[in-house]
Amino acid sequence: MSAAAVHSLWTTAATAAEPISKINAPKIEYGQLSPTLIVVGAAIVGVLIEAFVPRRSRYHAQVFVSAVALVAAFAAVVALAADGYGTTKAHIAAMGAIAVDGPSLFLQGTILLAGLVGLFTFAERRLDPAAHGNRVDSFAAQAASVPGSDSEKAAVKAGFTTTEVFPLLLFAVSGMLVFPSANDLLTLFVALEVFSLPLYLLCALARRKRLMSQEAAVKYFLLGAFASAFTLFGIALLYGYAGSVSYGTIARVVDGTVTNVDPALADTMGNDALLLVGGAMIVMGLLFKVGAVPFHMWTPDVYQGAPTPVTGFMAAATKVAAFGALLRLLYVVLPGLRWDWRPVMWAVAIVTMLGGAIVAITQTDIKRLLAYSSIAHAGFILAGVIATSKDGVSSVLFYLAAYSFVTIGAFAVVTLVRDAGGEATHLSKWAGLGRRSPLVAAVFAVFLLAFAGIPLTSGFAGKFAVFKAAAEGGAALLVVIGVISSAIAAFFYIRVIVLMFFSEPRPEGPTVAVPSPLTMTAIGLGVVVTLVLGIAPQYFLDLASQAGVFVR
Amino acid sequence: MENLIALLVAAPLLGAAVLLCGGRRLDAVGHWIGVLMSTLSFVFAVILFADLLGKNAEHRTLIQHLWTWIPVESFQADVTFRLDQLSMTFVLLITGVGSLIHLYSVGYMEHDERRRRFFGYLNLFLAAMLLLVLADNYLLLYVGWEGVGLASYLLIGFWQHKPSAATAAKKAFLVNRVGDMGLSIAIMLMFTTFGTFAFGPVFSHAGDASEGKLTAIALMLLLAACGKSAQVPLQSWLGDAMEGPTPVSALIHAATMVTAGVYLIVRSAVIFNGAPDAQTAVVVVGAVTLLFGAIVGCAKDDIKKALAGSTMSQIGYMVLAAGLGPIGYVFAIMHLVTHGFFKAGLFLGAGSVMHGMNDEVDMRKYGGLRKYMPITFITFGLGYLAIIGFPFLSGFFSKDKIIEAAFAKGGTEGWILGTCALVGAAVTAFYMTRVMLMTFFGEERWKNRPTRSPEAPSAEPAAEHRGEHAEPHPHESPKVMTIPMIVLAFGSVFAGGLFSINNSFLHWLEPVTGHSEGDSPVSAGAVTGATMVCLVIGVGIAYAMYGRRPVPSVAPRGSLLTRAARRDLLQDDFNHVVLVRGGEHLTRSLVYVDHTLVDGVVNGTAASVGGLSGRMRRLQNGFARSYAVSMFGGAAIIVAATLLMRAV
Repeated sequence: MSAAAVHSLWTTAATAAEPISKINAPKIEYGQLSPTLIVVGAAIVGVLIEAFVPRRSRYHAQVFVSAVALVAAFAAVVALAADGYGTTKAHIAAMGAIAVDGPSLFLQGTILLAGLVGLFTFAERRLDPAAHGNRVDSFAAQAASVPGSDSEKAAVKAGFTTTEVFPLLLFAVSGMLVFPSANDLLTLFVALEVFSLPLYLLCALARRKRLMSQEAAVKYFLLGAFASAFTLFGIALLYGYAGSVSYGTIARVVDGTVTNVDPALADTMGNDALLLVGGAMIVMGLLFKVGAVPFHMWTPDVYQGAPTPVTGFMAAATKVAAFGALLRLLYVVLPGLRWDWRPVMWAVAIVTMLGGAIVAITQTDIKRLLAYSSIAHAGFILAGVIATSKDGVSSVLFYLAAYSFVTIGAFAVVTLVRDAGGEATHLSKWAGLGRRSPLVAAVFAVFLLAFAGIPLTSGFAGKFAVFKAAAEGGAALLVVIGVISSAIAAFFYIRVIVLMFFSEPRPEGPTVAVPSPLTMTAIGLGVVVTLVLGIAPQYFLDLASQAGVFVR
Repeated sequence: MENLIALLVAAPLLGAAVLLCGGRRLDAVGHWIGVLMSTLSFVFAVILFADLLGKNAEHRTLIQHLWTWIPVESFQADVTFRLDQLSMTFVLLITGVGSLIHLYSVGYMEHDERRRRFFGYLNLFLAAMLLLVLADNYLLLYVGWEGVGLASYLLIGFWQHKPSAATAAKKAFLVNRVGDMGLSIAIMLMFTTFGTFAFGPVFSHAGDASEGKLTAIALMLLLAACGKSAQVPLQSWLGDAMEGPTPVSALIHAATMVTAGVYLIVRSAVIFNGAPDAQTAVVVVGAVTLLFGAIVGCAKDDIKKALAGSTMSQIGYMVLAAGLGPIGYVFAIMHLVTHGFFKAGLFLGAGSVMHGMNDEVDMRKYGGLRKYMPITFITFGLGYLAIIGFPFLSGFFSKDKIIEAAFAKGGTEGWILGTCALVGAAVTAFYMTRVMLMTFFGEERWKNRPTRSPEAPSAEPAAEHRGEHAEPHPHESPKVMTIPMIVLAFGSVFAGGLFSINNSFLHWLEPVTGHSEGDSPVSAGAVTGATMVCLVIGVGIAYAMYGRRPVPSVAPRGSLLTRAARRDLLQDDFNHVVLVRGGEHLTRSLVYVDHTLVDGVVNGTAASVGGLSGRMRRLQNGFARSYAVSMFGGAAIIVAATLLMRAV
């Protein structure tokens, strides 16, 4: 609240000399916010579990609570959608802070499913060989112990596991649920921080290669804080321009339907420079989260350093949430400005598609390869965002849903290929995998083909929808460059397939661990969704199309 | 009754399927299945013919719609058959002559272990040829067109173990591709012009199209006809096609398939009528081929190749007649039918001679065979008399009409064409007399010498079973072979006369093709007289050269023209120099461009993308500070660009 506002409040109170009799309680539609509330509640329960439940039982309690919460939240989303909140009853809840509409519900559903599948990979405890008789997961025994120190050894020996990852996951999910449905800039920022901070922590928790993991977390944190600063500065500038942080009000100021100037902001209101700079800076913060060039540089380092289940979850869910927020910002707040932001986003999309695809060619680490691939995919999705049409929205929604399952599945496969040092992520070690473990290699090949956008996979349907929307939105050049980038990208995806199936296996090559049903479910779900969305995408395209309208 | 039409095609098609898929267990009876299916088709044809005869002329068109083949919105194609007087004529010829040749083949191919497959191919050919003449739209016709091409390819190369046969099959296939391109382009042009390629709508709307469009379509159809009917400039494959078994030469490369081009032109009469320039091209092609084939026929010592030259020449007559327009269409078809009889008979006779002569084909090693093969001699002789136009035999009526029609074209054009046709008649008389004399008269040059010299390899492998270098013992062929020859000889003798009684053939076909008398500058009697004179001259010269003097058993060097004619008037040399060399040069330069330019660009792109990748990844140096700078720079650029967008 600005100083002027306080001042006017004070003067009003002084002159009227009338005591403020009552404060209107904010009206909160708990039912419509229930998905978020369930997840937040479960996260708090998770913290309590950490505090009060004996160490031995924590893992099971945490997994149980998290799974129930995510399933319940997903059921709540489905119930809301079935009730018509995605279409006819779409409205803005919680005193203008949260929009409950089609895109919100679709993205929340996607995030919850990604979270659930991510939870399965988090909870996997059969891959790492048991340490001192204790089954362990991918996370550090004790995050606070210095890598290589005696205390770490003691923690490993004692069979500690970092079960805090589950509440952290739930907190991140809760932030992600709010992020695409935030309807004012402050809620947007709070949600951004709520889901970013747990992710920074999660990145630092790898059981193996701990230094690398911690380095990744620090980089992510520093750069993330830097990006948040940009966002926050942009929010301030937009407030200066419009006198409000509410999406609807800003949009009305932009297109000129609101003209009453707040006297306290007389100097700044309506100043287009503030609008342009502020808008650009907020968008920039979001582009950081989706990993668009030139804000992508954290992606490979963090994806490589973070524990692989975290990488998979983060790559999928963060992108969904951040693209959702970006869509709402561009379609609800700044549609009046689209002739200003479209050319810039064009340029960003082009360098993102080409940059991601080109640099991926020379990568030798499978996790880094997938990181660059995710950058290229961010570019493809941006092409759909630029379409500025209903089809653009629904194609992006579909793409995000398709992409998140492929991504989590692919990273889950990465966790299976192991040697003495943990996961064998160097590409040379994957040579001949198809001979040794044909099933795993075939599954991974399916994911790679989906990434490459080969027909009969969800990747093709998604890419087709996005490019079609972009072409119809007048961005034919973008589509041409998108297709060229896809061709470049296909090279390195298929190179991996060739490596797996047509190279001689190395004698000291990695082994493929047999996972528990949890990871199997995650991978199996990925394959099924990839093929179903690839072979019969129409139902889901229709679903995304119904969900493609923002409430204002 | 129209439901029978599909059975015409279905019977041989079923036969082909059974024979080709049936495997060895059908080896013993396969040939009879083939004959049965062919005869069955002929029986259906006769029933349908009787039905048509019972109707009025204007009701003699039967349509059978089977199913919609391509149901795309504006691109409709049906599998529909049309049986009218024109297709009925062809159906009778194809199934009738076809059945006789099936029967003949039972004897001729007796020693061939792949006889079942041979009959499968023959049945396949019949089905495709019937489809071709029964189709009610050009697209379905095209299916038949390609089908006969396939059957022809398979049968020319039937003895594929002989490199010459394999090469000849490939040559026929390739040359025919050129013509087939013409047909497919014609169909595309029809679709763009008329929006359809069904016969009915195309012909009824032909009047609305511009002459230029019609000329283009007609020229493309002519190209197709040239390929299939071995007309100049696509004639080169027919001579080599004689590598196939003789029944194939008789059925496909004399009586039926090679006349498909004539069918195509006559069927498309409406289009040609609207394109006079294209008609001129047709008569030129016909006249040139008529003389070309006749000259080649004079020089060949291989009996089948001499007959092949003759086929080319006779089809030249038909194409010439078809190019004359309504004055000629009926006579083109009439000559086609009579030619079908006598040329098939001649080929079967040649096959019979070869059968008795250890598969020798060189006429210089024949001589005096009339005593040994009386039936062959008589049937061949009747065919000979028919083809040279001996009075009151088939060829006399049909060829005479064409020559009359050529004069009736009128003007200088009429005189030139008429003269060509007359000269052709004289040359025909010459080369056919030559064949006759060298084969059946004169001294027996095959005595005291093995018939096969090492440098003249045998045409047919069956010879190996009968002793390769033994002196031949000429003998009459078995009944299964002679009966078809006798039947065909009857056709050669009487068909023309039958057709000409009361102009019955003319009245039969007129409703489909139309007819006009034309305006001949010379009377019909004068034309007939001139033809007779030409005939006598031709026969006389041949008798002087080959009847009175002994025939040397090794070919003399001969004049320049003779030597050129032996090489098919240098057709292959021309093709080799112009097309093969030219093609090779083109290919080589394209390969060069591909290797340097295209591959250069492709590999260069890949290399530069890879190089770019290597350079760009160096930006990813692992320092958070550099990343932050990159973000800051990016933010600055984005903000600046956004402001700039507004400023512009």
